[in-house]
Amino acid sequence: MELIFEKSVSGRTGVRVPLSDVPKAAPLADAVRRRDPVRLPEVGELDLVRHYTNLSRRNFSVDTNFYPLGSCTMKYNTKVTENAGGLFASCHPMLALLPGGDKLVQGPLAIVYELERQLAEITGMEEVTTQPLAGAHGEMTGIMVIAAYHKARGDQKRKYVIVPDSSHGTNPASAAMAGYEIVTIPTAPYGDMDLDLFRQAMSDEVAAVMLTCPNTLGLFNPHIAEICAIAHEGGALTYYDGANLNAILGKVRPGDVGFDVIHVNLHKTFGTPHGGGGPGSGPIGVRGDLVRFLPTPRVVRRGDGSYGVEDHPEGIGRVSDFFGNFGIMARAYAYITLLGREGLIEVSEQAVLNANYMMARLKEEYELPFDQTCMHECVFSASRQLEHGVHAIDVAKYLIDRGFHPPTVYFPLNVKEAIMIEPTETESKQTMDAFIEVMLEAARMAKENPERLHQAPVTTPVGRLDETRAARMQQVCCE
Amino acid sequence: MAKFYTKEHEWVEMAGAQATVGISEHAAHELGDITYVELPKIGKSVKQFEALAAIESVKAASDIYAPVSGKVAAVNQALDEAPELVNQGAEFQGWICKLEGVTEAELGALMDAAAYDEYLKGL
Repeated sequence: MELIFEKSVSGRTGVRVPLSDVPKAAPLADAVRRRDPVRLPEVGELDLVRHYTNLSRRNFSVDTNFYPLGSCTMKYNTKVTENAGGLFASCHPMLALLPGGDKLVQGPLAIVYELERQLAEITGMEEVTTQPLAGAHGEMTGIMVIAAYHKARGDQKRKYVIVPDSSHGTNPASAAMAGYEIVTIPTAPYGDMDLDLFRQAMSDEVAAVMLTCPNTLGLFNPHIAEICAIAHEGGALTYYDGANLNAILGKVRPGDVGFDVIHVNLHKTFGTPHGGGGPGSGPIGVRGDLVRFLPTPRVVRRGDGSYGVEDHPEGIGRVSDFFGNFGIMARAYAYITLLGREGLIEVSEQAVLNANYMMARLKEEYELPFDQTCMHECVFSASRQLEHGVHAIDVAKYLIDRGFHPPTVYFPLNVKEAIMIEPTETESKQTMDAFIEVMLEAARMAKENPERLHQAPVTTPVGRLDETRAARMQQVCCE
Repeated sequence: MAKFYTKEHEWVEMAGAQATVGISEHAAHELGDITYVELPKIGKSVKQFEALAAIESVKAASDIYAPVSGKVAAVNQALDEAPELVNQGAEFQGWICKLEGVTEAELGALMDAAAYDEYLKGL
């Protein structure tokens, strides 16, 4: 496909602008004037419309195709919740913070407050803040709250944060950003953080333990209550990474298990856009005695039922403008309200059922390193295909040729040639069956015609990209 | 002196009180094409098995742990421009850094080449 610049014809325009009747200002000083004329494409309106319409048709999204990207929960976002976000587009975000302005935005404030209540109820935490703008931002906010807690107690020697080796990379990164040193605990053969090694690593210098449950292998850790107890015994707090919350809605509440701080990803679990910049939203929830450290300002409900905004002195301050990505929060509020308790439980049940269906049908051909009932996602290894010289990336690229978005590959890091599939609850059996057929076809092809897989994708506008060269030669400037 | 290896796939070769450190051929192969090596700062002190440097490939980013305690005396600056040196010779021209003030006593916690080979077979 031609670039818009390649379609450019000198002198061609889409509109004819009338001559200006405004008197010319004195010319700018030479020092601040550009030396060369700005290079813009010169095309007619129709050329322009066709160019971008055709580009947009090459978009790949959940709205066009199946997108089983493990760990990302790429569920379909219904159009009715999508519309909820647009309802408040004309509402200025500063209003709530102006004197008397809260009276003009009772509805939006109610949404912030009620969404926080809903999330607190779902996760079993005392209070929630919607300020963090993404999951990793939530992690960092949570770790800052934990640091504030230890500091307020005068407990300054805690300098470590423990993470399992299967954690999302953002966990150690967030803790390191907040100034902690990272201790990584290996995964035991049973697929979860090695409990004995964890016990050995615990000391009065550990500030927090960060866990994802179900973990990145899609397995529910049966020891989480024990891990929380061991951490608390050592004076550390426990952090629940809610990346995989879609598996346990209405089944387990992290707060009931003993977690002190959690984050949830509205763009994963609660049906708001994910990918393409989202934007995301990563509210955090905390147990009772940590509420005073939450970011400020907080939306409160007053005795007369009206909503307002309050500061509190011990809070860690603002972590974002206003109250977070409000348009996203409005969508999540609509999603939770529409589905209700029974609906959310059904979401998780269907997500787990779908993942187990995938796992059961694919394990004949693909190695399943941790062969047990999975939660919302399952992790295979392409190790059998590797015997024929076919890597996980080759299978992934072939799926593109057949109209599917590849699953996550090479993550988690503790599975060789990992292929991580998360169908989510919104896919039909027919869609999953079609995907499974192509996966089985790729496995057959690995044995019979591995070269075809090495060449994939062959149906796309651009073939196999040279990822190594792209990473090594990072020249992103034009000319 | 011979090379010694960690379970995390680093190697160390001592010469007096100085040691050269890198990642094993096996690790380089597993990582695939290396795209970036985050070299440690000269003068940084590390304890044995603490994070020393980081390495990125098209597949993953991983920490490189210090096989022995010491202070960073030199880094392989060539890796800034040519991270592929690690793929071409992880245990030779693809070395990561040199540590000074090291002690042989810590080698006891590591594997020699034969033991490391045996360890790789078990993975």
